[in-house]
Order: sequence, then C-alpha cells, then structure tokens
Amino acid sequence: MSLLEIKNLKVRVEDREILKGINLTLNAGEVHSIMGPNGSGKSTLAQVLARRESYQVTGGEILFNGKDLLAMKPEEAACEGLFLAFQYPVEIPGISNAYFLRSALNAVRKYRGQDEMDAMDFLPMLREKLKLLEMDDKLLNRSVNEAFSGGEKKRNEILQMAVLEPKLAILDETDSGLDIDALRIVAQGVNAMRSPERAMLVVTHYQRLLNYIVPDRVHVLVEGRIVRSGGPELALELEDQGYSTIESVARGASPA
Amino acid sequence: MGNLNVATATQGLQNYAESFGGFEKAAASRELSWLRKLRQDGFARFSDTSFPTLRDEDWRFTNVSAIAQTPFRLVRNGDSLPSRKDLDPFRIAGLGCQLVFVDGRFAPALSTLGQMPAGVTVNSLARQLERDPGTLEPHLGRYLDLQRDAFGALNTAFLEDGGYVHIAKGLVVEAPIGLLFVSTAHDFPAVNHPRNLIVAEENCQATIVEDYVSLGGAEALCNTVTELVARDRASISHYMIEREHAKAFNVSTLRIQQGRNSDVASHSVLLGGALVRNNVHPVLAGEGAECLINGLFIGNGRQHLDNYMLVEHASPHCSSRQFYNGILDGQAHGVFHGRIIVHKDAQKTDAKQTNRNLLLSDTAQIDTKPQLEIYADDVKCTHGATIGQMEESALFYLRSRGIDEASARRLLLVAFASECLDRMKEGPVRTHVETLVHEHALRLAGESHGAARQEQIA
Ligand SMILES: Nc1ncnc2c1ncn2[C@@H]1O[C@H](COP(=O)(O)OP(=O)(O)OP(=O)(O)O)[C@@H](O)[C@H]1O
Ligand SMILES: [Mg+2]
Repeated sequence: MSLLEIKNLKVRVEDREILKGINLTLNAGEVHSIMGPNGSGKSTLAQVLARRESYQVTGGEILFNGKDLLAMKPEEAACEGLFLAFQYPVEIPGISNAYFLRSALNAVRKYRGQDEMDAMDFLPMLREKLKLLEMDDKLLNRSVNEAFSGGEKKRNEILQMAVLEPKLAILDETDSGLDIDALRIVAQGVNAMRSPERAMLVVTHYQRLLNYIVPDRVHVLVEGRIVRSGGPELALELEDQGYSTIESVARGASPA
Repeated sequence: MGNLNVATATQGLQNYAESFGGFEKAAASRELSWLRKLRQDGFARFSDTSFPTLRDEDWRFTNVSAIAQTPFRLVRNGDSLPSRKDLDPFRIAGLGCQLVFVDGRFAPALSTLGQMPAGVTVNSLARQLERDPGTLEPHLGRYLDLQRDAFGALNTAFLEDGGYVHIAKGLVVEAPIGLLFVSTAHDFPAVNHPRNLIVAEENCQATIVEDYVSLGGAEALCNTVTELVARDRASISHYMIEREHAKAFNVSTLRIQQGRNSDVASHSVLLGGALVRNNVHPVLAGEGAECLINGLFIGNGRQHLDNYMLVEHASPHCSSRQFYNGILDGQAHGVFHGRIIVHKDAQKTDAKQTNRNLLLSDTAQIDTKPQLEIYADDVKCTHGATIGQMEESALFYLRSRGIDEASARRLLLVAFASECLDRMKEGPVRTHVETLVHEHALRLAGESHGAARQEQIA
C-alpha cells in the first residue's frame, strides 16, 4: 500500500479552479520533489494535504495510509502523521515556542495512545533536536515565530518536524530565505530524518536544495496539472532551460 | 411612553429617598457630623441628577435603565450568612488576610485575618469608624468627586461598611491583602454599596485585591467605591476581579490619588456580571508619579462590560499607561472609553493608551473611544485601538500540528489575555487570575463553536 495516493484532485479557491486533476503516489521511504512556476498551485496542494478548509475540493480523492484524508480535520491529519512545513510560517504572539512544541507533541502522543511527556523529559529531547539544526536555545522562550528572521522561521519548521516525527513531511519552499550555511544545515536535518518508513514531498524552485536532498522523483506542476515527471535529472534540466518549453508543451497537450 | 418613564424615574427616586431616610436613622456612626454631612451631600447629589442616560456623554454606550427601574432594596443585617464552605471557591491561596463582606457588610466569622505585620491595619470601615474615626475623616470622600456620577454619589449616601487598609510609612507588605465581596440571593432585588479606603503612606509597598462574587442567582446590584491614596514614593498594586453571576449588576469606581514618585498599578479583570461598569480614575497629583492601568474583560452571552478610564495628569513628569484587552463572544457588548486629561501644569507628561479587542462572534460588539484633553504644551500622548477576529491562519497553524480546534482556540485566547496577565507582578494573585482566565478561555473556546468534541482514537 502506498503512503499517499492522490487521485484526480481538483481544487477551487473562490471561483477559480487552481488544481485541475492531480495524480500522485508516494511510497514510504521515497522523496518526491514538486517544482513549477509561481502560482501554479504547489502551495495549494500542500495546504489541501494539510486540510486547510478554505480550499474547496471539487473532485478526486486522497488516501493517506489507506485512510480518506479529505475526511480528516487538520489536527487529525497531523495526528495520523502528516506534517507541513509552511512556506510562510505563522507568527503567534503570546504562545512560547517551547510550550507550543510540547502541546503539539502531546496532542499527537495522546492520539496515538502514548503518555503525555512532561517538561522534564521533553526539554532534553528538544535540546538534542536544536543542536542538530544549530538553533539558538533562546528561540524556545520566544513567542512562536514572532519576529523570527526568515531563516529562523524555516529552521523552526524543521525543528517541529523533528519533534513530531511524521510519516509524511511536506516541505513547502523550506529552502527559500535560507543562507548557504543554513541551507546545508536544514538539509542535513531533513536528511537525518529520511527513513524507510517516512516519505517526503519537497516543494522547491531550486536545484540547489535537491543537491542535498536527492529526490527519487521530480514532478513539474504547471497551471494546476502535473505536466511532467522524471528522475532527479529533470530538476537539472529545468534549472538549465526554465519552464518555458514544458509550459508550451503542456499548453499544446491540453489547450485551455 | 415618555410620561411613563418619568413616572418610573420619579417613583424610583421616591424609593431611594425612603430608603435613605430609613438608612440614615440607623446607620453606623451616624453621630459623626462630618460623616452625616458626607452622606447627605451624596444623597442630595444623587437626587439632583438621578441615574445617567444615554444622552450623557460618559454613558453613551451603556444603558442603565434596567438598574434605574429595578426597585432595589438595601440588605439590612443579613439574616443568614453563607457558610465558610460556601466561600471555598473564592479563597485565594497565598493571601496575607481576606476580609469577607456579605451584601456589603463585614462578616468576621467568614474572614481570615491572618498575621499582618505591625504597621498594617486591615479593618472593616464600620469598625474603624467606631474605633478611630479620626483616621478616616481626612480621606473618606475627599477624593471621589460627587459631581462626576450618580453611582458614586449614591454609594456615598449609603456609605457604611467596606474595607479599610492602612500601610505605614516605609513598610513593605509581601502578602497580598484580600477583600472579598459576596452578594447573596434574596427574595427581592438587593443592593449593596461597599465603600473602601486604602491609605498607603510614603515609600510603602503593598498589594490589595478586591474580588466581587455572588452566591445564588438572584438579581442584585453591587455599587462600590474605592478611594486609594498613594503617598510619595508608595508602590501599590490593586486588583479588581469581577466574577459575579449572570444577573448581577456591578458598578465600581476606583479613585486613585497619587503623590510624588508614587507608582500604582490598577489591574481589572472582568469576567462575570450582566452589566458591569468599571470606572478607574487616577489623579497624578505629585510630580514623577506613574500609573499602569491594566485590564482584561471577557464577555459572552448578553453581558455588557463597560470600562471607563479617566486618567488625570495634574503634575509635571508623570507617566500613565493604559492597556485594556477585551474578548467578546455571543452577543456581548464591550466598551472602552479612555479619557486622558493633561492639566495646564503637567508638562513632560507621558501618557499612552492601548485598547485591543478580539470579537469571537458576528453579534459581539465593542465600542472604543479615546478622548484626549490636553492643556499643557510639552506632552507625549498616544492612543490606539484594534478590533479583530481570531486569525484563521493562526488557528490552522496550531491545528496542523495536531492541536484540536477547541484547544487551539483556547491557546489563542489565553495568548491574547496573557498580554494583560504578563503585566501583573508574579505572585499569588496573578496565579489566581491566570487560573480564572484559563478556565474562562476553556469555556469560551469549547462553547461557542461546538468544537469541544474530540474524536480521539486510543
Ligand atoms: N486563498 C486564496 N485566495 C485566492 N487565491 C488564492 C488563494 N490561495 C491561492 N490562490 C491562488 O491560487 C494560485 C496558486 O497559488 P499557490 O500559492 O498554490 O501557488 P504556488 O505554486 O505555491 O506559487 P509560489 O511558487 O509563488 O509559491 C495563485 O494564483 C494564487 O493567487
Ligand atoms: Mg507556494
């Protein structure tokens, strides 16, 4: 059984169809990358997977671990092991990062029938993960993402992923806004989490990230459709030639 | 229709006049002429103006006709006192003492007097009037302006009991002093008028908590006035917690008089009551005085919570900070009226006012009104107000990490409230308030959106 099966997914926002029939299958242990021009629907797909309710699913189905993902609330999807690293992480004043992380972990543990973790056990574990991402302890006592730099926000997303240990991680442009060193560190953090049980869907514009996190498959999303899929070499080709040839091919294949 | 209103109003005044006549004849310490005069002045002023109407600028958003039209009666000599056990839910751990007032009257059997350090006097006002009226005469009724509003005048007319706190010069009092006001149920609409006096001498430090609660669910009015005098360099934290039941009317006035370099923090936490009016009126009379006016009001159902701030800068180099946060759900109506008056001589005034509101339903309402009157030329005065909803993106972010919707809402509510909680000094009162606010947020988060059900698979 595949970990994630997206079948003919169609999504609308307000009156516009953004995703026009997406098909995608991910098996445990695999890393897939999604590339595509601005506005093609990558984040929409990511947010729908994380069950954001403001997107209206008009067709298709999604099976996550064999279960109907579209019937799940965001928190259920998370508890079932789905994680989205946001392209634009949200600032939440008044809730400390450490408290947030522990609340999230305990919500997930509770769902899975595990005991809640108290601060005594939680903090040492958290410190380990911080070290892995070379993050400053001070970020724990600050409000979630509030006044974090762009790079700090992205690292904080990966920290959350490391704490929650999901089955499926969707990284939406986690590389954008990172300096060269940070990119390497974050990529190492992500790579450390690759395992035969875990799958990842990496949305990016840049081949650079894929040098570190080498994907099994690369998909190109244009105007709400996956117009091409291939191996890691496809990313190189795109880097070289841009989307224009693919776009024109896509238009030719299915005129709007 | 108009005639009928006039008729009810006249009849209402008639009731109060009869009630005052009876009260005056039997009131504690009626032999003190200055006190008699104070009460009579209070009543005369009340008779002149009667209750305010919506036409009154200071009452534009709050209709008190329900109070005006209810034939409230004074509770005389509470026939049956609640038991100590009844009051268990209202004890605050870590207080130095807790004086309990039942329907406005001191109840020694229910109070916990504790061991206050020498130099601290905590007493019932009625007892203090009997024992040593000379300590009260210079202060009682000297700060409250009877012309300002009918409720203060009415309170003064019926002034008899309440809390009296005196802190000697230079004394640092660690444990907070508690005053608990309990309204009990009667088979008539009951009114009580607690009157508190807090005198903090030079350079002392103390924390005082006024806590308003009710037992039973009968219609009642608590109309309370506190005069707080902070002498030079005194540092006082004052808390007002309102958590009466859903039929209670509560009108309170905190009048603060500040000396040189004194520092007063007023924290108001309004959680209960049907109609609540919270007046806070500091006068920064001494140079270099500072005040923090911090408040949180949380309403749902049909609650009406009105906060009227009047900050008077009367001397140079004073600073005032007003921060009020409101959370409103259901059909609750909140008001924040923040008035700042900078008098002619109050140069180098630094006054700031911020009111932030979170509306959780389409039917909740907030009226926020800044009013700056500046008669000095070298001042810094700023104000700002925001009204918003709970952010969908924040809610989704929390939920996407596994936190269920009700918990996510609760976290966001507490986060919003914590802006106010964080301004309170750490200690037993803050801990207590935090617990209350968390409980309240839990109810609001679950109730209003039917999302409390958690389908969880073990
Ligand atoms: N909530 C929304 N309301 C209106 N339009 C939206 C909304 N969300 C997405 N869209 C539109 O849907 C299209 C796809 O947006 P999406 O964010 O999925 O693109 P993307 O592929 O992630 O782009 P980028 O590479 O710039 O991040 C865009 O045209 C965008 O404006
Ligand atoms: Mg995007």
